[in-house]
Amino acid sequence: MNYPTQLQPFGHALAELGAIDERIIVIDADLQRATETNFFQEQYPERYFDVGIAEANMVGISAGLALSGKTVFCGTFSSFITQRVCDQVVISVGYCRSNVKLIGVEPGIASGRNGASHQALLDIAIMRAIPGMTVFDPADAIELRAMLKYLAENPGPAYMRVPRGKVPVIFDETTYRFEAGKAAMLRDGKDAAIISGGILLPEAIQAAENLAAKGVQARVLNMGSIKPIDKQAILAAARDTGCIVTAENHSSYGGLGGAVAEIVSQNCPVPMRILGIEDRFGEVGPNDWLLARFGLNADAIEKAVIETIEKKGR
Amino acid sequence: MDSKLKKELQAKCLDVKRDVISIIYTAGSGHPGGSLSAVEILTVLYFQEMKIRTEEPAWPDRDKFILSKGHAAPLVYAILAERGFFPKTELATFNAPGTNLQKHLDMHLVPGVELSTGSLGQGLSAGIGMALAARLDKRDSHVYVLVGDGELQEGQIWEAAMSAAQFKVDNLIVFLDKNNCQVDGFTRDICNIDPVDEKWQSFGWHVQTIDGHDLSQIEDAIVKAKSVPGKPHIIIANTIKGKGISYMENKPEWHARAFTEEEYKQAMEELYQQERALQK
Ligand SMILES: Cc1ncc(C[n+]2csc(CCOP(=O)(O)OP(=O)(O)O)c2C)c(N)n1
Ligand SMILES: [Mg+2]
Repeated sequence: MNYPTQLQPFGHALAELGAIDERIIVIDADLQRATETNFFQEQYPERYFDVGIAEANMVGISAGLALSGKTVFCGTFSSFITQRVCDQVVISVGYCRSNVKLIGVEPGIASGRNGASHQALLDIAIMRAIPGMTVFDPADAIELRAMLKYLAENPGPAYMRVPRGKVPVIFDETTYRFEAGKAAMLRDGKDAAIISGGILLPEAIQAAENLAAKGVQARVLNMGSIKPIDKQAILAAARDTGCIVTAENHSSYGGLGGAVAEIVSQNCPVPMRILGIEDRFGEVGPNDWLLARFGLNADAIEKAVIETIEKKGR
Repeated sequence: MDSKLKKELQAKCLDVKRDVISIIYTAGSGHPGGSLSAVEILTVLYFQEMKIRTEEPAWPDRDKFILSKGHAAPLVYAILAERGFFPKTELATFNAPGTNLQKHLDMHLVPGVELSTGSLGQGLSAGIGMALAARLDKRDSHVYVLVGDGELQEGQIWEAAMSAAQFKVDNLIVFLDKNNCQVDGFTRDICNIDPVDEKWQSFGWHVQTIDGHDLSQIEDAIVKAKSVPGKPHIIIANTIKGKGISYMENKPEWHARAFTEEEYKQAMEELYQQERALQK
């Protein structure tokens, strides 16, 4: 599917926010072009710090600034801002309830140019389990900008996955409204529900279109707000369609699928299938190739939906 | 180092540089600057100093090398292929889908690689562990670790620095690739690490400072390190990022970059000229 793209929406939107709110501080760890924070730095050099290759230190300094009234965005590759500094995030950000917005660039397989050491496949599992931590995974440039604005305006610890460089535009900017904890229904259907988000959303949409051509009607929910999560939309999907397939750019353990299963299993059990990366590390490769390899492209989602529908009512 | 050996190793360095540049050119991505700054160090280690067996990579008494700055993987691949750990033809698969030669080292995919790296700051601690194990097992083997100067900004490096001195791991020899560059610019402008020799001295290490592109100085420093008991060793190698290719030298922007066809051809031409000069 070919969507139009925006170039570096995160970097530009962050610099724009800098003009609106002078409490915003940006901190980097020797990756200012990868995190696109160079735009902010050019405009607000006095509110920008590069600590060098020292992520734990970066998170700690961010917490100190935040606890002194600042709104701090600090980021690096998603693997480093979650795994590398897990305890600093848990204690200095989470436990202290610091207003630190943790930015994870090139999440999941999107770091395919760098391979396993840079591919955070368990970032959502980690961040979601931290009390009070907001977790967002935007699907396109429009959602990304809306989430970023939300984070700037709402104090508290948060983690956002950020696609870098060219980012697709899926939503219509004039009608799109973001609300934390609300899913967006992109397509309705009665046979199954596909819950997805992030870079997998186009695959989910494509799968639903392929299924429709075969007479199978799948509801598609974009769940960019993973925490808080839209419990109502999940339960409605379970009741209305009778089975759910989740598809995410993450380990099949503890991510979006885990979050959905926690709600479905305890409130309205229906057959479910969790599509994610199955208990393995990443590797280098372009997105399309990795999606096929890990069984996460539209074809794989379509197949999973058909298999899950077969389990209904057994 | 006698002049014949020196010439042989210099020629080997040029082969390795050609491999590094071809690997990155073919893949269309990679980290050329920090690969080229350590060519001489790894050439002396792998072709002169280290006890290793290509036919038995897991030989228990071997010396070990850890690339803590894992992004210089093209250099390690070139060295291991030149040394015969795997066929040179495999080099062309660097970073291609399904390859063994991942962007950052994967110890389970490539014979001769001791540690999977790519997340900076972790190699030195693992090196201490391996050196301690060799000591416990009464093996006469050394562990070599290559760290970057930007990498020294990671706190774990300094935790490791204290442990190594505390445990007196004198079979550990660290090379600091002091090329003064990192991703966002020059190290002194981002987070200054100097005076780095004094820092390591005060942490209880045996410190030497050398020209990291001078093969004799590299070898002498290793020999010297092996003769000083009771302390871990660091050899501060003053290097030039992108060494050997005129348009890359000391340019932070060549940290991670692809080559255009023109740049590739020019690099090969410069190396050819260096080879001719060597033969004279
Ligand atoms: C923990 C961690 N943080 C950030 C990075 C991204 N990164 C890769 S290389 C690099 C700069 C390394 O600089 P230096 O250690 O001086 O290496 P060299 O100049 O020898 O290439 C950075 C920040 C990383 N790989 N790991
Ligand atoms: Mg450096």
